[in-house]
Amino acid sequence: MTFFLETLIGGLLAGTMYSLVALGFVLIYKASGVFNFAQGAMLLFAALTFVSLQEQGLPFALALILTVVVMALGAILIERTVLRPLVNRSQITLFMATLGLSFVIEGLAQGLMGAQVRALDLGIEDVPLFWGDVMVSQFDLVAAATAALVVTVLALLFNRTRIGVSLRAVADDTRAALSIGINLNRIWQIVWAVAGILGLVAGLLWGARQGVQFSLSLVVLKALPVLIIGGFTSIGGAIVGGLIVGAAENLAEVYIGPYIGGGITPWFAYVLAIVFLYIRPAGLFGEPAIERV
Amino acid sequence: MNQHSHSLPASYDAAPLELTRRAWPWPLLTLLLVAFVLIPVLGDDYWLNAILIPFLILSLAGLGLNLLTGYTGQTSVGAAGFMAVGAFATYSLLLRVPGLPLPLALVGGGIIAAGVGFVFGIPSNRIKGFYLMVTTLAAQFFLEWVFTKFPWFYNYASSGTISAPRLELFGYDLHSPLGRYLLVLTSVVLLTWIAVNLVRSQIGRNWMAIRDMDTAAAVIGISVDRHKRLAFAVSSFYLGVAGALWAFAYLGTASASSFDINRSFQILFIIIIGGMGSIAGNFIGAAFISLLPLLLNQIGQGLLSGMVDAGQLQNLQKIIFGMLIIWFLVKEPEGLIRLLANLGERLKAWPLRF
Repeated sequence: MTFFLETLIGGLLAGTMYSLVALGFVLIYKASGVFNFAQGAMLLFAALTFVSLQEQGLPFALALILTVVVMALGAILIERTVLRPLVNRSQITLFMATLGLSFVIEGLAQGLMGAQVRALDLGIEDVPLFWGDVMVSQFDLVAAATAALVVTVLALLFNRTRIGVSLRAVADDTRAALSIGINLNRIWQIVWAVAGILGLVAGLLWGARQGVQFSLSLVVLKALPVLIIGGFTSIGGAIVGGLIVGAAENLAEVYIGPYIGGGITPWFAYVLAIVFLYIRPAGLFGEPAIERV
Repeated sequence: MNQHSHSLPASYDAAPLELTRRAWPWPLLTLLLVAFVLIPVLGDDYWLNAILIPFLILSLAGLGLNLLTGYTGQTSVGAAGFMAVGAFATYSLLLRVPGLPLPLALVGGGIIAAGVGFVFGIPSNRIKGFYLMVTTLAAQFFLEWVFTKFPWFYNYASSGTISAPRLELFGYDLHSPLGRYLLVLTSVVLLTWIAVNLVRSQIGRNWMAIRDMDTAAAVIGISVDRHKRLAFAVSSFYLGVAGALWAFAYLGTASASSFDINRSFQILFIIIIGGMGSIAGNFIGAAFISLLPLLLNQIGQGLLSGMVDAGQLQNLQKIIFGMLIIWFLVKEPEGLIRLLANLGERLKAWPLRF
């Protein structure tokens, strides 16, 4: 039983990291209807920028602020060069544009800042803690707390500020939002900047775990099942979806894996997502799609 | 005008000549002549091995994906997974069925890939768009895992790789670059010919109707689910044959990692750049994708020799690729094939534009 609990809690905590990545997707999808494949590349870019700045001897806070500025500038550039010319095109076209964008960002990140693995030390020790008999990693706890903090900040931003209200208006009905004078391009820039900052947070946590390197950009692929399970348009869904995927992956690897050869984590989440698709095509918290002919 | 001017002809015999007489497709025939006769005579091994063979196989793979994505409108990012099925199935057939001729093994590998594609296409009756993309992504990762984890597929080789046990046809050895080139060329020409006719047939028209609007297609009586699954199967057949050729005629020795997600993206880029819903576009897209890296390498070595190392060149390549994809989507969503067609129209009217 202790072992089961340990596996479950470890999975849930790892799931919060998936949630963080998925949140970036949900934000952009809500505001602009784009499935942003470049989120992983943005994550890599943010983490690499931060590490490079720190290697130059900048203190933690300054490096963080500078990285945020870089991500915001990047968001404005992306809005100008990619989103604006492609406005009103099909979702799949936009998706493929972000696929191209991810190539550009990955190339830039590695070209400017090198391809070798960088160590990142956030000053959080990865020591096991004990709750009764159950062993929990301290680092995972900090990561989960960060995720909770980020979600709270986002919820406040969405519900309590003017930007948040106009953002929700755009997500709800783009035309209506435009007609009452909301600046769509500005909203997109803000959303992409916030997604970039989310990428930075997620990138720092993942990077501290496995080193800042190219494989960081592959966590996007992990976020896709999370989105399917939680729904593309729900922040709460991203969190619950992340937790479900994290827990299910860990449990499946331990309890099902040995029977079929092990190493099933790369695809298990997808199979889970397909099962969910059959039961609830819109995800747990997503809005059911209504099609007009 | 003749006596038919007020009524439509009732038979082809009575129809105006333009409808029944088909001009000889001279450009195509010239191209085939060059490919089958001139290139084997003139081409050297480097050109065959490093450029023409991969170009042809990638075109075939693009064609397979285009049938599914460009013609039926079902986005797939799992193309390489089905290529792997074709490669490993062909390998098994050649190894375990004694005396099976190579063409039959290729077709058999394709059919097995088609079966797997059919299975992964089943969810398409309920889900579409991004959601369906997840299914294809699942196929990609699941198939990669299967071909790594179960040694039966690679005959318990310690390296986990497969290589063609025999590459011969009617007693001729096809191991030389020229032999492999002719094998690939023949397969590609045959399969392209079938595809051209397929997309012009009832099935192809049904696929395009589904792509343009599935609800409307269902309303006019097309069975949408069946045609989507069929598209998955046919597309996987093409990808399977392409995968087998990629493994045995180009690489020689392959493993599951030869068919990873980046290969899938590469094939998706071929059809975006070449042109979705176009047969010739696959060839143009594949030529572009396989020649651009060589070109960039040449430029890199010529202009910036010593200043830029190989890693940086690769990053530069990535940036240029990404920008080109965005540029194509913004400027010409129908791809290079449409750009060429426009250019042709302009040249026809040149220099007197009206």
